[in-house]
Amino acid sequence: MIKNISNLGDAALYCDFGTEVSKEINQEVIKYFKNIKEKKLEGIDNITPSYNKLIISFDLNITNFGNLKKIIENLEIKKFESEKGNIIKIPICCDKEFALDIKRLQEKLKISEDKILEKFFSKEYYCYMTGFIAGHPFLGDTDKSLRAKRLETPRVRMPKGSVGITEQFCNIYSFESPGGWNIIGNTPLNIFEKNNEEKPNLIGPGDTVIFKQISMSEYQEYND
Amino acid sequence: MTKNYFEVIRPGINATFQDLGRKNLYHIGIPFSGAMDKRNYLLANELAGNKVNSPVIEFAYQGPLLKFIGEKINFTITGDVKFKIIKKNKEEDGNCYQNYKLEDGDHLDIISTYNSVYGYLAISGNYDVQLQWNSCSINTKAQIGSNNGKILEKKQKIIITETHSHESKKKLDHLNSKIENIRVIKGTNYNYFSENSKKIFFNEEFTVTKLTDRMGMRLKGAKIENIVDTNIKSEGIVKGVIQVPTDGNPIVMLSDHGTIGGYPKIGVVISSDYDKLVQLPPGSKIKFKEVELSDAELLFKLYQMETKNIISKIK
Repeated sequence: MIKNISNLGDAALYCDFGTEVSKEINQEVIKYFKNIKEKKLEGIDNITPSYNKLIISFDLNITNFGNLKKIIENLEIKKFESEKGNIIKIPICCDKEFALDIKRLQEKLKISEDKILEKFFSKEYYCYMTGFIAGHPFLGDTDKSLRAKRLETPRVRMPKGSVGITEQFCNIYSFESPGGWNIIGNTPLNIFEKNNEEKPNLIGPGDTVIFKQISMSEYQEYND
Repeated sequence: MTKNYFEVIRPGINATFQDLGRKNLYHIGIPFSGAMDKRNYLLANELAGNKVNSPVIEFAYQGPLLKFIGEKINFTITGDVKFKIIKKNKEEDGNCYQNYKLEDGDHLDIISTYNSVYGYLAISGNYDVQLQWNSCSINTKAQIGSNNGKILEKKQKIIITETHSHESKKKLDHLNSKIENIRVIKGTNYNYFSENSKKIFFNEEFTVTKLTDRMGMRLKGAKIENIVDTNIKSEGIVKGVIQVPTDGNPIVMLSDHGTIGGYPKIGVVISSDYDKLVQLPPGSKIKFKEVELSDAELLFKLYQMETKNIISKIK
Protein backbone atom coordinates (compact mmCIF):
# COMPACT_ATOMS: atom_id res chain seq x y z
CA MET A 1 0.00 0.00 0.00
CA ILE A 2 1.06 3.58 -0.57
CA LYS A 3 2.10 5.06 2.78
CA ASN A 4 2.36 8.63 1.64
CA ILE A 5 2.02 10.74 -1.52
CA SER A 6 4.05 13.92 -1.74
CA ASN A 7 5.13 16.15 -4.62
CA LEU A 8 8.45 15.83 -6.42
CA GLY A 9 8.68 19.33 -7.86
CA ASP A 10 5.56 20.80 -9.44
CA ALA A 11 4.93 18.11 -12.04
CA ALA A 12 5.31 14.72 -10.32
CA LEU A 13 3.76 12.62 -7.55
CA TYR A 14 6.11 10.76 -5.22
CA CYS A 15 4.32 7.66 -3.95
CA ASP A 16 6.17 6.14 -1.00
CA PHE A 17 5.70 2.44 -0.18
CA GLY A 18 8.14 2.51 2.77
CA THR A 19 11.88 2.19 3.21
CA GLU A 20 12.28 -1.58 3.06
CA VAL A 21 13.43 -3.33 -0.11
CA SER A 22 11.64 -6.62 -0.65
CA LYS A 23 9.99 -8.51 -3.47
CA GLU A 24 6.60 -8.20 -1.74
CA ILE A 25 6.74 -4.42 -1.50
CA ASN A 26 8.06 -4.12 -5.04
CA GLN A 27 5.21 -6.31 -6.34
CA GLU A 28 2.83 -3.88 -4.69
CA VAL A 29 4.56 -0.98 -6.49
CA ILE A 30 4.32 -2.83 -9.81
CA LYS A 31 0.64 -3.61 -9.20
CA TYR A 32 -0.03 0.13 -8.85
CA PHE A 33 2.12 0.83 -11.90
CA LYS A 34 0.12 -1.61 -14.03
CA ASN A 35 -3.24 -0.36 -12.77
CA ILE A 36 -2.43 3.30 -13.37
CA LYS A 37 -0.96 2.55 -16.78
CA GLU A 38 -4.06 0.61 -17.80
CA LYS A 39 -6.40 3.45 -16.78
CA LYS A 40 -4.63 5.83 -19.23
CA LEU A 41 -5.38 8.80 -16.96
CA GLU A 42 -5.37 12.12 -18.72
CA GLY A 43 -2.23 14.19 -18.25
CA ILE A 44 0.07 11.43 -16.99
CA ASP A 45 3.36 11.48 -18.91
CA ASN A 46 5.36 8.78 -17.15
CA ILE A 47 5.11 6.24 -14.35
CA THR A 48 8.38 4.97 -12.88
CA PRO A 49 8.36 2.01 -10.50
CA SER A 50 11.44 1.35 -8.35
CA TYR A 51 12.19 -0.82 -5.29
CA ASN A 52 9.68 0.88 -2.99
CA LYS A 53 8.64 4.10 -4.72
CA LEU A 54 6.43 5.00 -7.65
CA ILE A 55 6.91 8.33 -9.39
CA ILE A 56 4.12 9.64 -11.58
CA SER A 57 5.03 12.64 -13.69
CA PHE A 58 2.36 14.68 -15.40
CA ASP A 59 1.75 17.51 -17.84
CA LEU A 60 1.10 20.68 -15.87
CA ASN A 61 -0.94 22.00 -18.83
CA ILE A 62 -3.53 19.30 -18.24
CA THR A 63 -3.62 18.45 -14.55
CA ASN A 64 -1.92 19.25 -11.25
CA PHE A 65 -0.66 17.64 -8.07
CA GLY A 66 -3.87 18.11 -6.07
CA ASN A 67 -6.16 16.61 -8.72
CA LEU A 68 -3.95 13.66 -9.51
CA LYS A 69 -3.29 12.86 -5.84
CA LYS A 70 -7.03 12.54 -5.24
CA ILE A 71 -7.42 10.28 -8.27
CA ILE A 72 -4.56 7.98 -7.22
CA GLU A 73 -5.77 7.80 -3.61
CA ASN A 74 -9.22 6.69 -4.74
CA LEU A 75 -8.06 4.34 -7.45
CA GLU A 76 -9.41 0.81 -7.34
CA ILE A 77 -6.40 -1.48 -7.46
CA LYS A 78 -7.01 -4.90 -8.96
CA LYS A 79 -4.80 -7.93 -9.27
CA PHE A 80 -3.46 -8.88 -12.66
CA GLU A 81 -3.59 -12.44 -13.99
CA SER A 82 0.02 -12.31 -15.07
CA GLU A 83 1.29 -11.06 -11.72
CA LYS A 84 4.24 -13.45 -11.94
CA GLY A 85 5.90 -11.85 -14.94
CA ASN A 86 7.99 -13.68 -17.53
CA ILE A 87 10.88 -16.04 -16.96
CA ILE A 88 13.91 -15.06 -19.04
CA LYS A 89 17.09 -17.11 -19.53
CA ILE A 90 20.28 -15.12 -19.93
CA PRO A 91 23.56 -16.76 -21.00
CA ILE A 92 26.72 -15.30 -19.49
CA CYS A 93 30.34 -15.95 -20.27
CA CYS A 94 32.59 -15.48 -17.22
CA ASP A 95 35.95 -15.89 -18.93
CA LYS A 96 38.81 -13.70 -17.74
CA GLU A 97 38.38 -11.03 -20.38
CA PHE A 98 34.75 -10.45 -19.33
CA ALA A 99 34.94 -10.95 -15.56
CA LEU A 100 36.60 -7.59 -14.95
CA ASP A 101 36.17 -7.52 -11.17
CA ILE A 102 36.21 -11.18 -10.13
CA LYS A 103 39.72 -10.91 -8.64
CA ARG A 104 38.69 -7.84 -6.66
CA LEU A 105 35.59 -9.65 -5.37
CA GLN A 106 37.64 -12.68 -4.41
CA GLU A 107 39.79 -10.47 -2.19
CA LYS A 108 36.91 -8.42 -0.75
CA LEU A 109 34.56 -11.35 -0.10
CA LYS A 110 37.30 -13.82 0.84
CA ILE A 111 35.80 -16.65 -1.18
CA SER A 112 37.18 -18.34 -4.29
CA GLU A 113 36.33 -17.36 -7.84
CA ASP A 114 34.63 -20.71 -8.43
CA LYS A 115 32.55 -20.32 -5.31
CA ILE A 116 31.44 -16.82 -6.35
CA LEU A 117 30.20 -18.12 -9.68
CA GLU A 118 28.62 -21.22 -8.14
CA LYS A 119 26.64 -19.08 -5.67
CA PHE A 120 25.71 -16.59 -8.38
CA PHE A 121 24.37 -19.17 -10.85
CA SER A 122 22.47 -21.17 -8.23
CA LYS A 123 19.78 -18.51 -7.76
CA GLU A 124 16.91 -17.02 -9.73
CA TYR A 125 16.68 -13.25 -9.80
CA TYR A 126 13.68 -10.98 -9.60
CA CYS A 127 13.54 -7.76 -11.64
CA TYR A 128 12.66 -4.87 -9.33
CA MET A 129 12.83 -2.21 -12.01
CA THR A 130 14.21 -1.28 -15.40
CA GLY A 131 15.91 2.02 -16.05
CA PHE A 132 18.80 4.37 -15.43
CA ILE A 133 19.82 3.66 -19.01
CA ALA A 134 17.38 2.17 -21.54
CA GLY A 135 16.52 -1.47 -20.82
CA HIS A 136 18.88 -1.81 -17.84
CA PRO A 137 17.41 -4.21 -15.23
CA PHE A 138 17.92 -4.04 -11.45
CA LEU A 139 17.78 -7.67 -10.25
CA GLY A 140 17.91 -9.33 -6.85
CA ASP A 141 18.59 -10.74 -4.43
CA THR A 142 22.09 -12.18 -4.54
CA ASP A 143 23.40 -14.64 -1.96
CA LYS A 144 24.47 -12.99 1.30
CA SER A 145 28.08 -14.11 0.78
CA LEU A 146 28.32 -12.13 -2.50
CA ARG A 147 27.44 -8.69 -1.23
CA ALA A 148 30.07 -6.06 -1.95
CA LYS A 149 30.08 -2.32 -2.42
CA ARG A 150 30.40 -0.53 -5.72
CA LEU A 151 33.81 0.25 -7.21
CA GLU A 152 35.39 3.22 -5.43
CA THR A 153 35.94 4.86 -8.81
CA PRO A 154 33.27 4.00 -11.35
CA ARG A 155 34.37 2.98 -14.83
CA VAL A 156 33.84 5.61 -17.50
CA ARG A 157 32.92 2.87 -19.96
CA MET A 158 31.28 -0.39 -18.96
CA PRO A 159 31.27 -2.73 -21.96
CA LYS A 160 27.83 -3.50 -23.35
CA GLY A 161 26.37 -6.72 -21.91
CA SER A 162 28.43 -6.58 -18.70
CA VAL A 163 26.79 -8.35 -15.76
CA GLY A 164 27.55 -6.78 -12.40
CA ILE A 165 26.80 -7.24 -8.72
CA THR A 166 26.61 -4.76 -5.86
CA GLU A 167 25.02 -5.05 -2.40
CA GLN A 168 22.05 -7.43 -2.77
CA PHE A 169 21.53 -6.68 -6.45
CA CYS A 170 22.81 -7.62 -9.90
CA ASN A 171 22.41 -5.87 -13.24
CA ILE A 172 23.14 -6.01 -16.96
CA TYR A 173 24.50 -2.98 -18.82
CA SER A 174 22.21 -2.78 -21.86
CA PHE A 175 24.77 -0.72 -23.75
CA GLU A 176 28.12 0.91 -23.11
CA SER A 177 27.78 3.40 -20.28
CA PRO A 178 29.56 4.66 -17.19
CA GLY A 179 29.02 2.44 -14.17
CA GLY A 180 30.34 1.23 -10.85
CA TRP A 181 29.12 -2.34 -10.33
CA ASN A 182 31.47 -5.32 -9.90
CA ILE A 183 31.56 -7.09 -13.25
CA ILE A 184 31.60 -10.90 -13.24
CA GLY A 185 30.74 -11.68 -16.87
CA ASN A 186 29.12 -10.65 -20.11
CA THR A 187 26.02 -11.72 -22.04
CA PRO A 188 25.94 -11.90 -25.84
CA LEU A 189 22.17 -11.18 -25.80
CA ASN A 190 20.75 -7.80 -26.75
CA ILE A 191 19.01 -6.61 -23.58
CA PHE A 192 17.59 -3.56 -25.35
CA GLU A 193 16.39 -3.59 -28.95
CA LYS A 194 15.59 -0.02 -29.96
CA ASN A 195 13.91 -0.98 -33.21
CA ASN A 196 11.32 -3.10 -31.45
CA GLU A 197 8.97 -0.33 -30.33
CA GLU A 198 6.40 -2.74 -28.89
CA LYS A 199 8.84 -4.38 -26.50
CA PRO A 200 12.36 -2.94 -26.67
CA ASN A 201 13.38 -4.23 -23.24
CA LEU A 202 14.06 -7.93 -22.81
CA ILE A 203 13.56 -7.76 -19.03
CA GLY A 204 10.78 -5.75 -17.38
CA PRO A 205 9.77 -5.04 -13.78
CA GLY A 206 8.35 -8.17 -12.13
CA ASP A 207 10.11 -10.64 -14.48
CA THR A 208 12.35 -13.47 -13.27
CA VAL A 209 15.83 -14.00 -14.69
CA ILE A 210 17.76 -17.27 -14.76
CA PHE A 211 21.44 -16.93 -15.65
CA LYS A 212 23.27 -19.75 -17.43
CA GLN A 213 27.04 -19.92 -17.70
CA ILE A 214 28.40 -20.45 -21.22
CA SER A 215 31.87 -20.98 -22.64
CA MET A 216 33.76 -18.53 -24.81
CA SER A 217 33.03 -20.58 -27.96
CA GLU A 218 29.30 -20.61 -27.16
CA TYR A 219 29.49 -16.87 -26.55
CA GLN A 220 31.09 -16.31 -29.93
CA GLU A 221 28.46 -18.43 -31.69
CA TYR A 222 25.78 -16.03 -30.45
CA ASN A 223 27.34 -13.23 -32.40
CA ASP A 224 27.73 -15.14 -35.66
CA MET B 1 9.77 18.20 -58.22
CA THR B 2 13.27 19.23 -57.26
CA LYS B 3 14.93 17.39 -54.50
CA ASN B 4 15.75 19.78 -51.69
CA TYR B 5 18.43 19.00 -49.17
CA PHE B 6 21.10 20.45 -46.93
CA GLU B 7 24.66 19.27 -47.11
CA VAL B 8 26.44 19.49 -43.78
CA ILE B 9 29.74 21.32 -44.39
CA ARG B 10 30.47 21.73 -40.67
CA PRO B 11 28.32 19.87 -38.16
CA GLY B 12 28.79 22.22 -35.18
CA ILE B 13 29.19 20.99 -31.64
CA ASN B 14 25.98 19.21 -30.81
CA ALA B 15 23.35 19.56 -33.50
CA THR B 16 20.40 17.18 -33.20
CA PHE B 17 16.84 16.86 -34.46
CA GLN B 18 14.35 17.59 -31.70
CA ASP B 19 10.60 17.90 -31.19
CA LEU B 20 8.51 17.73 -28.01
CA GLY B 21 10.04 14.38 -27.03
CA ARG B 22 8.57 11.01 -26.05
CA LYS B 23 6.33 9.96 -23.17
CA ASN B 24 5.49 6.89 -21.12
CA LEU B 25 8.89 5.20 -21.44
CA TYR B 26 10.59 6.10 -18.14
CA HIS B 27 9.78 2.63 -16.81
CA ILE B 28 12.06 1.06 -19.40
CA GLY B 29 14.77 3.66 -19.02
CA ILE B 30 14.00 6.10 -21.83
CA PRO B 31 13.77 9.79 -20.91
CA PHE B 32 11.67 12.53 -22.54
CA SER B 33 14.48 14.16 -24.52
CA GLY B 34 12.95 16.81 -26.84
CA ALA B 35 13.94 20.45 -27.29
CA MET B 36 15.75 21.81 -24.23
CA ASP B 37 14.31 25.33 -24.45
CA LYS B 38 10.70 24.57 -25.24
CA ARG B 39 9.60 28.17 -25.74
CA ASN B 40 12.22 28.88 -28.38
CA TYR B 41 11.40 25.55 -30.02
CA LEU B 42 7.71 26.49 -30.24
CA LEU B 43 8.54 29.97 -31.56
CA ALA B 44 10.75 28.49 -34.29
CA ASN B 45 7.89 26.33 -35.60
CA GLU B 46 5.33 29.14 -35.27
CA LEU B 47 7.51 31.50 -37.29
CA ALA B 48 8.18 28.84 -39.90
CA GLY B 49 4.45 28.14 -40.16
CA ASN B 50 4.82 24.51 -39.09
CA LYS B 51 2.69 22.23 -36.92
CA VAL B 52 3.42 22.39 -33.18
CA ASN B 53 5.39 19.14 -32.91
CA SER B 54 7.52 19.47 -36.09
CA PRO B 55 11.19 18.45 -36.07
CA VAL B 56 13.74 21.26 -35.84
CA ILE B 57 17.53 21.26 -35.65
CA GLU B 58 18.74 22.16 -32.16
CA PHE B 59 22.35 23.26 -31.82
CA ALA B 60 24.53 24.13 -28.83
CA TYR B 61 27.22 26.86 -28.81
CA GLN B 62 28.50 26.51 -32.38
CA GLY B 63 25.83 25.58 -34.94
CA PRO B 64 26.21 23.86 -38.29
CA LEU B 65 27.30 25.33 -41.64
CA LEU B 66 24.79 24.07 -44.18
CA LYS B 67 24.74 24.25 -47.97
CA PHE B 68 21.27 24.27 -49.48
CA ILE B 69 20.71 22.38 -52.70
CA GLY B 70 17.34 22.64 -54.41
CA GLU B 71 14.85 25.28 -55.46
CA LYS B 72 14.21 27.46 -52.43
CA ILE B 73 13.42 27.15 -48.77
CA ASN B 74 12.19 29.47 -46.06
CA PHE B 75 13.71 29.20 -42.58
CA THR B 76 13.80 30.83 -39.15
CA ILE B 77 16.33 30.72 -36.32
CA THR B 78 15.36 31.31 -32.69
CA GLY B 79 17.41 31.84 -29.54
CA ASP B 80 20.30 34.27 -29.20
CA VAL B 81 22.26 33.28 -32.28
CA LYS B 82 24.75 34.86 -34.67
CA PHE B 83 24.34 33.56 -38.21
CA LYS B 84 25.09 34.49 -41.80
CA ILE B 85 23.43 33.78 -45.10
CA ILE B 86 26.08 33.43 -47.79
CA LYS B 87 24.92 33.88 -51.39
CA LYS B 88 27.01 33.87 -54.56
CA ASN B 89 27.59 37.62 -54.57
CA LYS B 90 26.89 38.75 -51.04
CA GLU B 91 26.87 37.85 -47.38
CA GLU B 92 24.14 38.92 -45.02
CA ASP B 93 24.02 38.83 -41.23
CA GLY B 94 20.79 37.24 -40.05
CA ASN B 95 18.45 38.19 -37.23
CA CYS B 96 16.71 35.68 -35.03
CA TYR B 97 12.89 35.48 -35.07
CA GLN B 98 12.67 36.41 -38.75
CA ASN B 99 12.02 34.50 -41.99
CA TYR B 100 14.77 34.17 -44.59
CA LYS B 101 14.97 32.43 -47.91
CA LEU B 102 17.72 30.15 -49.21
CA GLU B 103 18.15 29.32 -52.88
CA ASP B 104 20.19 26.70 -54.68
CA GLY B 105 23.84 26.82 -53.59
CA ASP B 106 23.30 29.28 -50.71
CA HIS B 107 25.07 28.63 -47.42
CA LEU B 108 23.65 29.10 -43.94
CA ASP B 109 26.44 29.58 -41.41
CA ILE B 110 25.20 29.31 -37.83
CA ILE B 111 28.24 30.83 -36.18
CA SER B 112 27.37 30.62 -32.50
CA THR B 113 24.89 31.21 -29.73
CA TYR B 114 25.82 34.14 -27.48
CA ASN B 115 25.24 34.44 -23.71
CA SER B 116 23.21 31.26 -24.07
CA VAL B 117 23.54 27.61 -25.03
CA TYR B 118 20.81 26.41 -27.42
CA GLY B 119 19.42 27.73 -30.68
CA TYR B 120 16.83 26.34 -33.09
CA LEU B 121 16.63 26.14 -36.87
CA ALA B 122 13.17 25.51 -38.31
CA ILE B 123 12.59 25.24 -42.04
CA SER B 124 9.14 25.92 -43.47
CA GLY B 125 8.63 22.31 -44.36
CA ASN B 126 9.58 18.85 -43.24
CA TYR B 127 12.78 16.88 -42.91
CA ASP B 128 13.03 13.23 -43.82
CA VAL B 129 13.41 12.01 -40.26
CA GLN B 130 12.78 8.64 -38.72
CA LEU B 131 10.47 8.62 -35.70
CA GLN B 132 10.94 6.33 -32.72
CA TRP B 133 8.05 6.17 -30.30
CA ASN B 134 6.41 9.01 -32.27
CA SER B 135 9.33 11.37 -31.80
CA CYS B 136 12.34 12.34 -33.89
CA SER B 137 14.21 13.56 -30.79
CA ILE B 138 17.78 12.32 -30.76
CA ASN B 139 19.09 10.88 -27.52
CA THR B 140 22.74 10.28 -28.36
CA LYS B 141 23.43 8.25 -25.24
CA ALA B 142 20.83 5.58 -26.00
CA GLN B 143 21.25 6.18 -29.77
CA ILE B 144 17.52 6.67 -30.07
CA GLY B 145 15.67 8.87 -32.55
CA SER B 146 16.29 10.08 -36.07
CA ASN B 147 19.73 10.10 -37.74
CA ASN B 148 20.37 6.72 -36.02
CA GLY B 149 20.38 8.53 -32.68
CA LYS B 150 23.55 10.43 -33.61
CA ILE B 151 24.49 14.11 -33.83
CA LEU B 152 24.81 15.64 -37.29
CA GLU B 153 27.99 14.62 -39.07
CA LYS B 154 30.17 16.30 -41.63
CA LYS B 155 29.20 15.66 -45.28
CA GLN B 156 25.86 14.07 -44.45
CA LYS B 157 22.77 15.08 -46.42
CA ILE B 158 19.61 16.24 -44.70
CA ILE B 159 16.75 15.48 -47.04
CA ILE B 160 13.82 17.89 -47.08
CA THR B 161 10.58 16.15 -48.01
CA GLU B 162 8.14 19.02 -48.24
CA THR B 163 8.35 22.83 -48.31
CA HIS B 164 5.88 25.71 -47.95
CA SER B 165 5.62 29.46 -47.14
CA HIS B 166 8.37 30.35 -49.61
CA GLU B 167 7.64 34.06 -49.62
CA SER B 168 6.68 34.37 -45.97
CA LYS B 169 8.04 37.40 -44.12
CA LYS B 170 6.98 36.55 -40.59
CA LYS B 171 8.78 38.43 -37.88
CA LEU B 172 8.80 38.85 -34.13
CA ASP B 173 10.41 41.39 -31.85
CA HIS B 174 11.58 39.27 -28.97
CA LEU B 175 14.28 39.44 -26.35
CA ASN B 176 15.11 36.43 -24.23
CA SER B 177 15.17 37.57 -20.62
CA LYS B 178 17.99 36.28 -18.47
CA ILE B 179 17.60 34.58 -15.13
CA GLU B 180 19.89 34.44 -12.11
CA ASN B 181 17.46 33.20 -9.51
CA ILE B 182 16.25 29.70 -10.25
CA ARG B 183 13.13 28.84 -8.30
CA VAL B 184 13.11 25.49 -6.61
CA ILE B 185 10.73 23.32 -4.56
CA LYS B 186 12.38 21.41 -1.72
CA GLY B 187 13.28 17.85 -2.70
CA THR B 188 12.18 14.60 -1.11
CA ASN B 189 15.55 14.22 0.68
CA TYR B 190 15.88 17.83 1.78
CA ASN B 191 16.41 16.73 5.37
CA TYR B 192 19.46 14.66 4.46
CA PHE B 193 21.47 17.90 4.52
CA SER B 194 22.88 19.90 7.42
CA GLU B 195 21.15 23.12 8.50
CA ASN B 196 24.15 25.08 7.33
CA SER B 197 24.09 23.38 3.91
CA LYS B 198 20.37 24.10 3.51
CA LYS B 199 21.20 27.77 4.08
CA ILE B 200 24.06 27.61 1.60
CA PHE B 201 21.81 25.96 -0.97
CA PHE B 202 19.22 28.74 -0.88
CA ASN B 203 21.54 31.70 -0.33
CA GLU B 204 24.90 31.20 -1.95
CA GLU B 205 25.93 31.40 -5.57
CA PHE B 206 26.64 28.33 -7.68
CA THR B 207 28.58 28.27 -10.92
CA VAL B 208 27.56 26.28 -13.98
CA THR B 209 30.53 24.07 -14.93
CA LYS B 210 31.73 22.83 -18.31
CA LEU B 211 30.56 19.33 -17.40
CA THR B 212 27.08 20.23 -18.55
CA ASP B 213 25.17 18.69 -21.44
CA ARG B 214 21.66 17.58 -22.40
CA MET B 215 21.71 15.01 -19.57
CA GLY B 216 22.65 17.19 -16.66
CA MET B 217 24.06 20.46 -15.40
CA ARG B 218 26.90 20.12 -12.93
CA LEU B 219 27.29 23.00 -10.51
CA LYS B 220 30.12 24.11 -8.31
CA GLY B 221 29.96 26.14 -5.13
CA ALA B 222 30.24 25.67 -1.39
CA LYS B 223 30.05 21.96 -0.63
CA ILE B 224 26.60 20.68 0.38
CA GLU B 225 27.08 18.47 3.39
CA ASN B 226 25.02 15.31 3.76
CA ILE B 227 24.39 14.23 7.36
CA VAL B 228 22.25 11.14 6.75
CA ASP B 229 23.43 9.02 3.81
CA THR B 230 25.06 9.95 0.50
CA ASN B 231 23.09 7.19 -1.22
CA ILE B 232 19.39 6.40 -1.31
CA LYS B 233 17.72 3.28 -2.65
CA SER B 234 17.61 4.00 -6.38
CA GLU B 235 14.32 5.54 -7.49
CA GLY B 236 12.75 7.46 -10.35
CA ILE B 237 13.93 10.90 -11.41
CA VAL B 238 12.20 13.68 -13.30
CA LYS B 239 13.49 16.66 -15.28
CA GLY B 240 14.73 19.44 -13.00
CA VAL B 241 15.61 17.22 -10.02
CA ILE B 242 18.73 18.47 -8.20
CA GLN B 243 20.77 15.55 -6.87
CA VAL B 244 23.73 15.90 -4.56
CA PRO B 245 26.27 13.09 -4.99
CA THR B 246 28.96 12.21 -2.47
CA ASP B 247 31.30 15.05 -3.49
CA GLY B 248 28.70 17.65 -2.37
CA ASN B 249 28.33 19.40 -5.75
CA PRO B 250 24.74 19.57 -7.01
CA ILE B 251 23.70 18.21 -10.43
CA VAL B 252 20.49 19.31 -12.11
CA MET B 253 18.94 16.55 -14.20
CA LEU B 254 18.07 17.74 -17.71
CA SER B 255 16.04 16.37 -20.64
CA ASP B 256 18.22 13.31 -21.51
CA HIS B 257 18.69 12.29 -17.84
CA GLY B 258 19.03 8.73 -16.57
CA THR B 259 15.54 7.64 -15.48
CA ILE B 260 16.65 6.19 -12.13
CA GLY B 261 19.14 7.58 -9.66
CA GLY B 262 20.55 6.83 -6.24
CA TYR B 263 21.65 10.23 -4.95
CA PRO B 264 19.62 12.32 -2.49
CA LYS B 265 17.38 15.00 -4.02
CA ILE B 266 17.77 18.39 -2.37
CA GLY B 267 15.34 20.20 -4.67
CA VAL B 268 13.50 20.34 -7.97
CA VAL B 269 13.61 23.28 -10.41
CA ILE B 270 10.07 24.47 -11.12
CA SER B 271 8.67 23.94 -14.63
CA SER B 272 8.39 27.65 -15.48
CA ASP B 273 12.13 28.23 -14.98
CA TYR B 274 13.43 25.23 -16.94
CA ASP B 275 13.81 26.94 -20.36
CA LYS B 276 15.90 29.73 -18.89
CA LEU B 277 17.99 27.41 -16.73
CA VAL B 278 19.16 25.28 -19.66
CA GLN B 279 20.27 28.41 -21.54
CA LEU B 280 22.89 29.28 -18.90
CA PRO B 281 26.35 28.63 -20.34
CA PRO B 282 29.29 27.36 -18.25
CA GLY B 283 30.62 30.08 -15.96
CA SER B 284 27.15 31.53 -15.24
CA LYS B 285 26.37 32.27 -11.61
CA ILE B 286 23.02 31.21 -10.25
CA LYS B 287 21.13 31.27 -6.96
CA PHE B 288 18.32 28.98 -5.92
CA LYS B 289 15.18 30.50 -4.41
CA GLU B 290 12.69 28.40 -2.49
CA VAL B 291 9.04 28.47 -3.57
CA GLU B 292 5.97 26.50 -2.51
CA LEU B 293 4.07 24.17 -4.84
CA SER B 294 1.17 26.64 -5.15
CA ASP B 295 3.57 29.42 -6.24
CA ALA B 296 5.15 27.10 -8.80
CA GLU B 297 1.75 26.23 -10.26
CA LEU B 298 0.85 29.90 -10.56
CA LEU B 299 4.22 30.73 -12.11
CA PHE B 300 3.69 27.98 -14.67
CA LYS B 301 0.34 29.52 -15.67
CA LEU B 302 2.08 32.88 -16.09
CA TYR B 303 4.80 31.24 -18.19
CA GLN B 304 2.15 29.68 -20.45
CA MET B 305 0.31 32.99 -20.81
CA GLU B 306 3.54 34.75 -21.63
CA THR B 307 4.36 32.17 -24.34
CA LYS B 308 0.90 32.66 -25.91
CA ASN B 309 1.32 36.40 -25.70
CA ILE B 310 4.69 36.26 -27.51
CA ILE B 311 3.25 34.03 -30.23
CA SER B 312 0.35 36.45 -30.74
CA LYS B 313 2.84 39.22 -31.55
CA ILE B 314 4.22 37.43 -34.60
CA LYS B 315 3.53 39.66 -37.62
